[in-house]
This record gives sequence, C-alpha cells and structure tokens, in this order.
Amino acid sequence: MEKFEKLHGIAAPMPLVNIDTDMIIPKVFLKSIQRTGFGKNLFDEMRYNRDGTEIEDFVLNKPQYRDAEILIAGDNFGCGSSREHAPWAIADFGIKCIVSTSFADIFFNNCFKNGILPVVLPQEQVDILMKDAEKGANARMTVDLEAQEITTSDGEVISFEVDAFKKHCLLEGLDDIGLTMEKSASIDAFEAKAAAERPWA
Amino acid sequence: MSPKTLYDKIWDAHVAHEADDGTCLLYIDRHLVHEVTSPQAFEGLRMAGRKVRAPEKTIAVPDHNVPTTAGREDPAQMTEESRIQVEALDKNAKEFGVHYYPVSDVRQGIVHIVGPEQGWTLPGMTVVCGDSHTATHGAFGALAHGIGTSEVEHVLATQTLIQKKSKNMKVEITGKLKPGVTAKDITLAVIGKTGTAGGTGYVIEYCGEAIRDLSMEGRMTVCNMAIEGGARAGLIAPDETTFEYVKGRPHAPKGAAWEQALEYWKTLYTDEGAHFDKVVSLRGEDIEPVVTWGTSPEDVLPITGVVPNPEDFTGGKVDAARRSIEYMGLTPGQKLSDIEIDTVFIGSCTNGRIEDLRAVAEVVKGKKIKDGMRAMIVPGSGLVRAQAEEEGLADIFKEAGFEWRLAGCSMCLAMNPDQLAEGERCASTSNRNFEGRQGYKGRTHLVSPAMAAAAALTGKLTDVRELM
Repeated sequence: MEKFEKLHGIAAPMPLVNIDTDMIIPKVFLKSIQRTGFGKNLFDEMRYNRDGTEIEDFVLNKPQYRDAEILIAGDNFGCGSSREHAPWAIADFGIKCIVSTSFADIFFNNCFKNGILPVVLPQEQVDILMKDAEKGANARMTVDLEAQEITTSDGEVISFEVDAFKKHCLLEGLDDIGLTMEKSASIDAFEAKAAAERPWA
Repeated sequence: MSPKTLYDKIWDAHVAHEADDGTCLLYIDRHLVHEVTSPQAFEGLRMAGRKVRAPEKTIAVPDHNVPTTAGREDPAQMTEESRIQVEALDKNAKEFGVHYYPVSDVRQGIVHIVGPEQGWTLPGMTVVCGDSHTATHGAFGALAHGIGTSEVEHVLATQTLIQKKSKNMKVEITGKLKPGVTAKDITLAVIGKTGTAGGTGYVIEYCGEAIRDLSMEGRMTVCNMAIEGGARAGLIAPDETTFEYVKGRPHAPKGAAWEQALEYWKTLYTDEGAHFDKVVSLRGEDIEPVVTWGTSPEDVLPITGVVPNPEDFTGGKVDAARRSIEYMGLTPGQKLSDIEIDTVFIGSCTNGRIEDLRAVAEVVKGKKIKDGMRAMIVPGSGLVRAQAEEEGLADIFKEAGFEWRLAGCSMCLAMNPDQLAEGERCASTSNRNFEGRQGYKGRTHLVSPAMAAAAALTGKLTDVRELM
C-alpha cells in the first residue's frame, strides 16, 4: 500500500446523506476479478447518462472538481454493502480523503486498507469544510495526517481524531497481513486453547 | 466479575492477541466465501505465496451471480464476467482446499442460508464473510459480520481479524406481535426508528418477548438487517429454539461433543445488570405491517400511511427525501396502499427460508396473481427448494402464477439476469431499496413475504390483514 503523504488538494462537496455503496459503484461493475480500473465507474449512475455521456451538474463532472482528491460528504457515507470495490473505485479516481459526520462501519475499515483516510467530524466542522469545498478549484485544503489537522483555503485549522494503529499503517503504507503473521505464536496458542475448550468449533 | 453482555462474552472468548492500545486480533471460527468478494483475496494469497490457514473452517459457495433458471449449468446462461467469477471460485476452492458447494450441488444456495442449514454456524462462534448480510448468523448468538476483500484475505491467511471492540446496544421488542406482523416488520420498524446510522459503532442484541417468540428463520430475518441499521452485528441469545434448530445438522456436534457444546451455549446470555451504551425499545403490539417508500431502508411506514412530504424531515434528510420521492415516482400525501406495482420478488438472505415460503403459500393458496404481474419466488437454497416442493408449496406457487426458481441471490442485488427494467416497481422481500439496487432506475418497496404475496394478488402495495 502507498504511504499516505500530506495532501494539498481540491475538495468536492457531496452533501447528500446516506450515499450508499450501490451509488459509489453499482453492482454491474463488481464482476471484475481485479482490484484496479474501477475509477471510471465511480458514482456511475449519478455521473453518466445511460448512453455514456456525462451528467453535467454532477459534482465530479464540473471542471473545477474533476481532479478532486478530497470528498466532503453528507452523513452515513458508504452505507450498504461490504464491497471493497467502493474504496477501490474512490482510490482509483484519485480521492485520498473523505470527510463526513459518520461512515458506515465496513466501508470505514475498507478505506484504511486502501490508503484512503476517512475523517469523522462534528456537523459544524463538516459544514465549514463543505462551504470551503463549494468555492471550487482555487480553494485547496490541506490534510495533514501526521498532525491530525485539516486546513481550509482560508487557513482555518480543524483537528481530527484517528485510531493510532490505523494512522501508523496509513502513514507507513503497511500490509497488515504481514504484521499479523508476526503474531502467529499468539494465534497458535489461542487455537490450541480453543481446541481444548470448544472442540466442536 | 462484572456482569457481561452476550457480545462481551463472545468477544472475550475470541481475543487471540491484544495490543496496548486495545487493538485486538479476533479469532474467526467460520469464514464463509462467495464468488464476488473473494477472487482478489485468493489472488493476493497466491502473489504472496501464502496458504489458507484453516481451510476446514472456510466454506465457499457461489450465489451472487448464478442464474436461477433451469439449465443453469450451461455456462451460456451467464455473462462472460459472471462465469469468470464463478469459475474462479471453483478453482480457488479446489486449489486452497476449502469446503465447497458448487452450483450443481443441491446444498448450494445463498451463503447466509447455507451456513446455518449445514450447521456451520453455531452459537458463540465468530463468523465472517465478505458480505454485509453476514449479520444474519447473529440469530444463533454468534458474532457475525461482513468484511471487505482485504479482510477476507487477512482471515484466509491468519484466521483472525484486526478489530477494536464495538459498543453494546440493546434493542428490546416487548409483548406479542399482532396477526399479519412478522420478523421483517420488526426489523424494518427498528430501522425506521433508529435510522440507517443509528447502530453505527454498535453491536446490537435483540431481546424481549417478541424476539423470543420468533422461530430461527424469523430471528435470522431480524439479524440480517442489523447492518441496514448501521450496526456491525446483531445478536440474539441462543435458547431451546436455537438448540432445536441446530441439533442434527450435518456439521453440528454430535454425541458427547453435543452435550459439551450445549453446556457452554447455555452460558451465552447477557448477565443481569450488564451495561448497554444505548437502549431502544418497541412494543410488539405497536408494530404494523410496514413498507418502504424511499431509497433508504430507514424510509419505513405502516402500510396504512401516506408518502411523506420532504419538508416533514430536518437537516440533510430533506434533500434526500425529495430525491427519493422523485426517484420512486411518488407524490407526497399519496396513500401507500394505492401504489401500483408490476413485479414481486420473494427470496434473498433476508426472506428466502422455508418459513417465508410457507407464509407466502398461506396468502396465495387457491388464488391467482394479478394479470400481467411478474412474480418470482427464489428459494434461498437447493434444500429449501426441495423442502418447499415436498410440502406442496411449489405447486401452490405455480398454480397461482409465480415463477418457481432455483436458489441464489437473484433480484436482491440483480447481479444475475434477474433485474428490474427502468421504471419497473417491485414489492420485494429483500433488504435494500437503494437507487438502482434491483436494476437501473428500478423502484423497490421492501416488505415481508406475506405482504409481497398480497401485493402479487392485488397489483398494489396491500395490507395483508385485509386478505386474512
């Protein structure tokens, strides 16, 4: 996984609440057996007409947001399916950070496995970032994971919380299977104990 | 010792390693695998030269893509891409040596129906699958939740997940349900009350008389939709109903092992005085047969209600409701029971079990579905299908005009050929009414099996109690 570097980029506003995984990547695109190439179909049904032409007023089709690297989103972003194709599509499009008042649990975890930082903030602070994002391409935000701060285009600094272990993995771009395998002695010991106590399992 | 919730007990029994910051390695007892979210995980193992740590605890079955029409063994029935996914699962199951139920096996079906049916899912276990509706297995008092593909790979390689503990939430349904009200109405009514983010960060334990009175099938329906309420998992403490269901299943313990297991399972309940971070309570008597009007599972109203006005909501929900009502082609104030439908889908991991089919048969027996209605019944597994045929239910369905299909996920997520066309409107026993979920620009109203059956007969969303 790539390391999460300090980000200075365009933020796109998506204030709609409950943006679900079927909106992020409709199921017709889940048939790939690859992890890559989903970006062109990110938000497919909101982004394209049936004939493949772009829907002009969709935020990521507007000239000022086509290169967005940050999403400022409405409540409960990523609800629905466990499909990792959703964060794969987001990452493949080039978005590296999503800010919302809340995220669906599985989606939230999936982001960290793919170098995407999901940031949870209170409504008032999301509102500030949403307003800033609505200014368009000249308004770039800075996301500093190391310092746990987002700085608006006006220089307003907003701090955020992030799990220390997840932060470490993102900053270092760590493969957590490798990390877990280093603890295989603990897993072996647990398995032996469980086999004695709950042999039917 | 301080009193523990059921979730606390299962969690504590599965921590294989705990770091100083509370990050745990949670041991996984059962890993269910299907064809859509696993190919990249198996490929990851292959690339890294890793093997499946516990193939005997890993169970694979194709369900999302498979056609549900006769002759489906013919690869021509699948699109090229679907066929590649199913073939990849065939190949990976063989190569890595995991348990496997191919399409040709009578035991094949939706992964969340096959697991319990075969006795893979047992009380007190941890169960995961690359599918959000893994919550279903919580009905057994198992800690069960969906994971992404990276986590599928992690579990395949290490039989553990990196987790932090969720908070405890209690959802209590007191008293008795009224006639015509089912487990589906309970679970939708709860989401209607708490919202789709109401459970975020929690594991829910469902309890109360109305939950205790449910069969295992009903309990699975309730837990299945815990994820729609945002919860990581839903749980119901195991009891005699659970033990009765589990006993004699192919992979359930037998003989002395059964007695030993039973003794342990009887300790799996929330202790008196245990702490819940959030409590929600509903009276069973207050729950009506419900339908969804919008494009979020929280858009729930009794069938006796009317389409709401977006202005009735607050915050971001005003715009979301406006968008939903426009997408659904409805008018605020319109009676829900006046909404005409053209399609009925009965099936899915929410409502594809034998009890669901019996409920449908009870409503449609000796009657005909509305002229021009497309109505399909897709059993959740080959064994559910066989049992329904043995009980004579299949004949009732066919005489009423339903299509009687083979097992799979089908039109719940429409990855196979079973899809809504643009503008079609479906009364569906599935779990999600998202935009485009059952087909591009298709419109979904979530209902119970009995309510879906009623709608098939009248051609409108219908209060099943009027037909009883």
